[in-house]
Amino acid sequence: MKAKIIITPKKAVLDPQGKTVQNALSHMGYEGIGAVHVGKYLEVELTGNDQERARQQLDDACHKFLSNPVIEDYRLEIE
Amino acid sequence: MNFAVLQFPASNCDQDAVHAVQMLGHSARLVWHKESALGDADAVIVPGGFSYGDYLRCGAIARFSPVMNAVQQFAANGGFVLGICNGFQVLCEAGLLPGALIRNRSLQFRCEHVFLKTLTTDSPFTSQIPAGKLLRLPIAHGEGCYFADPETLAALRAGNRILWQYVNAAGEPNDEANPNGALENIAGLCNERRNVAGLMPHPERACESILGSTDGCLLFESLVHAFKNRAPARAA
Repeated sequence: MKAKIIITPKKAVLDPQGKTVQNALSHMGYEGIGAVHVGKYLEVELTGNDQERARQQLDDACHKFLSNPVIEDYRLEIE
Repeated sequence: MNFAVLQFPASNCDQDAVHAVQMLGHSARLVWHKESALGDADAVIVPGGFSYGDYLRCGAIARFSPVMNAVQQFAANGGFVLGICNGFQVLCEAGLLPGALIRNRSLQFRCEHVFLKTLTTDSPFTSQIPAGKLLRLPIAHGEGCYFADPETLAALRAGNRILWQYVNAAGEPNDEANPNGALENIAGLCNERRNVAGLMPHPERACESILGSTDGCLLFESLVHAFKNRAPARAA
């Protein structure tokens, strides 16, 4: 099993990286570019096979450690 | 007064903090992050640097170091804790201070001197700063943009907990004087109990005239003053 965790800045948080990438895309001539949000992607290899237990544990870890709820949102997928 | 200065892997202002405290006539001891006790400490300094390489988020890994349990306990008992730069980030990640420090608005690492206005002398960290005195302190950070949700900001304002703001030479907290995009130009703040504070600028690097400023002494003198006033029996 593998967990995929996507962490993105909350919409209310200033995201200068996203803004800069957005401007660069527009300057390069790409059309229809709206707001860009730069986040993090983590892949966690899981050694067990209890998907529900893995989800509970990683959800806890995402909340406490892997993301900062003050500034970030996360999405956890297990496959 | 005895200061405990924490030392994480990749702390790099720990020696500066020890030097500044000792130069001011106090004792300072480095405490390795794997220690589970602080020993005989009257105040704790969480120093600047790049603890754990700033991996994941600044301060995110350091906050789970064993020594941080002792710091949590020390703060819960009313002990003075000062976080400088990366130390401020660690204290925010640890939940000892509210909010978070994110990437500078400019995306640049800013290394320069700034002016700070002290918003209240009602704290152990600011009591000896003369009214109207602007502090000139160095900053050196890439992720010092203070962020908190509107409710937290309102609580900080209402509780007089914003200790320092970035200002221009005239003392105005405007946008040009803000080196990192911090909300309301916030450079430093304290917790509700007022015994834990953090700031992005480096007072420990501004305690000798050869370094261009001695304004940082005022912050340490405030702490010493607070400590003496709190423990008269011991001083006697």
